[in-house]
Amino acid sequence: MTAFPSISLTAHSFEPGVLLTNFCAGRAETGAVASFVGLARAEHGRATVLELEAYPGFTDAAIARFAEEAKARFDLHDYRIVHRIGRIAPGEAIVFVATAAGHRRAAFEACDFLMDWLKSRAPFWKKEHGPDGDRWIEPTAQDRTDAERWD
Amino acid sequence: MARVLLFGRLADQAGWRERSVEAGSLASLRQALAAADPDLAEALGGPGVQVAIDKTIVRGEATLAAATEVAFLPPMSGG
Repeated sequence: MTAFPSISLTAHSFEPGVLLTNFCAGRAETGAVASFVGLARAEHGRATVLELEAYPGFTDAAIARFAEEAKARFDLHDYRIVHRIGRIAPGEAIVFVATAAGHRRAAFEACDFLMDWLKSRAPFWKKEHGPDGDRWIEPTAQDRTDAERWD
Repeated sequence: MARVLLFGRLADQAGWRERSVEAGSLASLRQALAAADPDLAEALGGPGVQVAIDKTIVRGEATLAAATEVAFLPPMSGG
């Protein structure tokens, strides 16, 4: 857990449904909540474990700066971001993003915008452990192109 | 005394993630690290490696006050 209540980096597995239920609770003026859950892929047996490293205090602050930008850009009521760190098994949730807005378009677009940034530019270091050894992963060309859609 | 942090492949290469180094500037810190491990020092100056001092990215030279945290950040992968 971090100093930013809307943002959590956690080494423990989480239940996306519980996060979404809690995020939706007690909103009288929010007409739309959009959410996204990213899961660790097995990559057809190539990845047995994914390892994500963050720099606590730096990574969460960078995410917070960007999320506040998204909040202003899309006029969000609120957002919630939970990101796993440490070792993650295939099928486990890596990231949860939820956005709350008056209407659906802003909620969908803000969620998409946040995910494109998180996937390509967030300060994480990612290592894939597999039967053929370990390798550090960098953003794919597609990840970069996705993020550039919003520039 | 600067607290030096390495992340990602830099930590794997060095075989350590955190170490205290006596240095008054970023340049003297790099020299001290190079004396102990020239290959690591070269990697720390390699393309795409960013430096954060007390969790703020800096470019170029910097003085290091007491109890400064210096982090070497290889290219970030995203989540």
